[in-house]
Amino acid sequence: MIIDPVLLTVSLVIAATPILLAAIGELVVERAGVLNLGVEGMMIIGAITGFAAAVETGSPVIGFIAAAGGGAALALIFAALTQGLLSNQVATGLALTLFGIGFSALIGQSYSGVRPPPIGGPLFGPLSDLPVIGPVLFGYDWVVYLALLLVLAVWAFLFRTRAGLILRAVGENAEAAHALGYPVVRVRTLAITFGGACAGLGGAYLSLVRVPQWTDGMTAGAGWIALAIVVFASWRPGRALFGAWLFGGISVLQLRLQAAGIAIPAQYLAMTPYLVTIVALVILSWRGGRGLAPAALGKPFHAAR
Amino acid sequence: MIRLERRPQPSRVWVIATPVLAVIATMIAGGILFAMLGKNPVEAIRTIFWDPLFGDYASYSRPQLLVKAGPLILIAIGLSFGFRAQIWNIGAEGQYMIGALAGASVGLAAYPTDNPLIFPAMVAAGALGGFLWAMIPALLKIRFGTSEILVSLMLVYVAQQLLSAAAFGFLRNPEGMGFPGSRNFQDFPAAHNPELIEGTGLHWGGIAAVLAVIAAQVIFARFLFGFQIRVAGEAPRAARFAGVKPGAMTLACLGISGALAGLAGIFEVTGPAGQVTTEFGSGYGFTAIIVAFLGRLNPLGILLAGLLMALTYIGGEIAQLMLSLPSAAIQAFQGMLLFFLLAFDVLANFRVRIGKARLA
Amino acid sequence: MTDNAALLAIRGLTKAYPGVVANADVSFEIAPGEVHALLGENGAGKSTLVKAIYGLVKPDAGGMAMRGQPYAPTDPRAARAAGVAMVFQHFSLFEALSVAENVALGMEKPPKPGDLARRIGEVSRAYGLPLDPARLVGDLSAGERQRVEIVRCLLQDPKLLIMDEPTSVLTPQEVEILFATLRQLSAEGTAILYISHKLEEIRALCDRATILRRGRVVGACIPREVSAREMAEMMVGQTLTPPERGQPAVAQGEPALEVAGLSVASPIPFGTALKDIRFTVAAGEVLGIAGVAGNGQDELLLALSGELAAAPGMIRAEGKPVGALGPNARRRLGFVSAPEERLGHAAVPAMSLVENALLSGAIRRGLVKMGMIDWKKTKAFAEEVIADYDVRTPGPQAAARSLSGGNLQKFVVGRELAQGPKVILINQPTWGVDAAAAASIRQVILNRAAEGAAVVVISQDLDELLEVSDRFAALNGGRMTQPRPVKGLTMDEIGLMMGGAHGMSAASPEAGDMVHPEARQA
Repeated sequence: MIIDPVLLTVSLVIAATPILLAAIGELVVERAGVLNLGVEGMMIIGAITGFAAAVETGSPVIGFIAAAGGGAALALIFAALTQGLLSNQVATGLALTLFGIGFSALIGQSYSGVRPPPIGGPLFGPLSDLPVIGPVLFGYDWVVYLALLLVLAVWAFLFRTRAGLILRAVGENAEAAHALGYPVVRVRTLAITFGGACAGLGGAYLSLVRVPQWTDGMTAGAGWIALAIVVFASWRPGRALFGAWLFGGISVLQLRLQAAGIAIPAQYLAMTPYLVTIVALVILSWRGGRGLAPAALGKPFHAAR
Repeated sequence: MIRLERRPQPSRVWVIATPVLAVIATMIAGGILFAMLGKNPVEAIRTIFWDPLFGDYASYSRPQLLVKAGPLILIAIGLSFGFRAQIWNIGAEGQYMIGALAGASVGLAAYPTDNPLIFPAMVAAGALGGFLWAMIPALLKIRFGTSEILVSLMLVYVAQQLLSAAAFGFLRNPEGMGFPGSRNFQDFPAAHNPELIEGTGLHWGGIAAVLAVIAAQVIFARFLFGFQIRVAGEAPRAARFAGVKPGAMTLACLGISGALAGLAGIFEVTGPAGQVTTEFGSGYGFTAIIVAFLGRLNPLGILLAGLLMALTYIGGEIAQLMLSLPSAAIQAFQGMLLFFLLAFDVLANFRVRIGKARLA
Repeated sequence: MTDNAALLAIRGLTKAYPGVVANADVSFEIAPGEVHALLGENGAGKSTLVKAIYGLVKPDAGGMAMRGQPYAPTDPRAARAAGVAMVFQHFSLFEALSVAENVALGMEKPPKPGDLARRIGEVSRAYGLPLDPARLVGDLSAGERQRVEIVRCLLQDPKLLIMDEPTSVLTPQEVEILFATLRQLSAEGTAILYISHKLEEIRALCDRATILRRGRVVGACIPREVSAREMAEMMVGQTLTPPERGQPAVAQGEPALEVAGLSVASPIPFGTALKDIRFTVAAGEVLGIAGVAGNGQDELLLALSGELAAAPGMIRAEGKPVGALGPNARRRLGFVSAPEERLGHAAVPAMSLVENALLSGAIRRGLVKMGMIDWKKTKAFAEEVIADYDVRTPGPQAAARSLSGGNLQKFVVGRELAQGPKVILINQPTWGVDAAAAASIRQVILNRAAEGAAVVVISQDLDELLEVSDRFAALNGGRMTQPRPVKGLTMDEIGLMMGGAHGMSAASPEAGDMVHPEARQA
């Protein structure tokens, strides 16, 4: 039983990409003070719209664009309900997930068993032939680099721009931000839409690259794990990257172990990513990580004018 | 200009009217959806809401109503305790599976003895299994402040794998010719949960659901415990002021919902499902969330909502057969219902004003 | 065009909310460089009026003119662009953000972080308001937080500075410093709209005053030329009488409540830990505890009422250790408590008054038997409180949030005082209550004391404390001064007690390196 560390690293990064995309989006949403539990639903809608668009047009790029649009469209329903009609964020997020799973299965009917167009080789083709560092650093498709770029961009946006400062202010104290004249509802709606687009991209990465095919309910909790990673990351983009890689590592490792045919039944290996997520959440909460949450997280805001 | 204005107190009329409106709106939106799928919308809606009760095959489908509504109501009643206290157990599906697994294990360990205590013991084990599974998020929340939403949900996937491990491994039927799945409880009378009155679909789970509705109604209306649950949900600081211990509340609410979900699981596995299989988890635990909200977290409301949701399940199956409507359509339909419910909810707490405010 | 003399002219401004007219036909003018007081009780319409000036509220009728030009800000940015800045009483700082970030959020075009830090330094030196731009606002004291707000305004060179109840969070010495800053600004030509209900402050600071009652302008005056009593009666619309004591209170032997070495961490984020608090209250005695907001008042009430557990011996009732008991166990021993925050803490907003009566009355009024609620008895209890304490409500089934602040306060205080208490704990008993109702609440508190209850009143209203208390103490950074008899205390002594000069190390670690007024003046 030999597990090649280079191969493992490469597949770890690929396994981490969908949850990283979803988590970085949700991180922005939660920084704005909104808890959207519908990540799973937005991911799976992204998975099917991206898959369908890529199959119909033959272009994975159009697939990813459509996936971002699909996720964002579902997120806009959430925004309308929670920001416009002031519905309960927890219940609305759950509704989003339940609806997303059902609706995606409905669209996906005619796509099961279809193979999507391939995403193409490594972005930095020739460099990926270098020994060891080639595959590890340059061996990925463009979406992996896009996800990494997004982490950097979100970090720069949140902590280096005025718009990011306003977004964090809205997430800390919506009343105060309103009193200073910032459009709380608009900021939150934009954040929610961004989160939806990111989750959609993550879903499409699953259906177009990672698996790659369409099956009902194929996200299998990835959206929930993305939510857990945001908590685990204490709402910091860099740590979200670390959390996603950790989770990616666990899921790849357990798959390898299953394939290697070790004496533990496959089911017990398959549950490890979820157990590890719980353990990670506990460790973080234990260290008092909840004090780091945006202060207005999950609280509705209604300006009486 | 449309503005929302908070009502001094929630409108009683709208609290009752919004679920009805939401159902109507869902029928309309669902009709549009079906039309887009190339089906006749009127026929589709009739097939889902009318035919199960009064259609050509109603004698077959009508008993299914109680079969499906039983677990939904039982689980939703449990969830309503937590949701009222803003404790979000969304892993009822996992507690349902573990309840079934625990109860079935007790029963199968006794196979093939015949003892009237076997079935009660299995029911107790089922409730205990669900209860203990729900204690994991409860204790982690109390001890470490971990989100019960994420932990209970993660445990659904863990429970699914355990169920699968049981079906392939330790509970596999030794006489099953290598197929996954446990012994069928229909072949084990002491552990079987039969249809109690022929042609009704009523089994012990349905009785338990009705008892749960009555008990919850009494607890919410008359007991200090029910009052404290509401206070904890409405205003956590006021709850502490009233001497409610948040930790105890978390344990009680998650424990009750876990135990009831476990009960639903054991009644299902010994009755309609018959055996432990990998496909046992059929989404009741998630649909029950919709049932709880649609029923306004009110026991009688949940009873009605459970029956309605069961109707859409059966109607969906009929529509699948008769109109070749995809089975997933019904899930999308249920999700839509929850959207509309949440959207109309605004009417209960806010007045919608059009135009400028007038002088009082 | 004589109007041009005015910096801001308000003409017939009217704003109505459902069921209440917040401002009706309000007109007045503010001259450049003037310190103009806007005086009125809570609910008189002051906040709505300044929100209209700051662009947060759109008037239904009437208008404003800035230097003769029509002025109708659509949002606070427009107001800031027109030279209006505002220091809020609550809700405008972000605890998890740094001082510099908080300042930047209040500016239209903030300079680069480095330049901003330098300019914060300049302004805070020029006006004697020391601040460290890098610190988190959550770690600052209330006085320092106000400095952040003021510096934020000053960086924009405002023509009109609105100050909403700025002194409620300051010690008397800090008030003096603030007034010096405001006078300096006024001398430099900045007009100040100063909102308050504290009459002596207005007499000390303001050039002119406009008085609001129930949304209307009921008078104007030059504060230095009229007495505080005259202004108060204009504000309230009736003559006032102070409460009477049933009998001269004397410490009657046995202490009913003893607190010794009470130290607990705060359960509130960015809260203040209690440090070694010790005092006793005898039956029949009223102990008044003053302090600038955020110095441990909330924590002290939580610890005394049982919502925050301490070691058993830290708190004793009639000699019995109760420090580890929960709220209900203490209620059984005769404790009642009324926390500061009515909606959400002392009462559940969406629940009816009957249900809210059950909230804390269940034990002492015997409303629950074997876990079952006696709703009939509970309703009778709610009706009793409504009748005895003159709570204006459509009925006992009305939701708590449908009551006005003052009426809900009367209900909450009445609910506690109607339970035959032995120990009464009240934080801010008359906050937001009109003067007549406040007087009646104080009277009932004194009556209960005369009947033999030990009373702890925590308040930020010094006049109120001096009126009802037998002895007086102050909280500062989670520590409490030695209680002293009220008779013979001077305002200076009170100020020193509140400022923390009570023989202990002055600033707590939580309050950080807060500079004390005396030190700064030196």
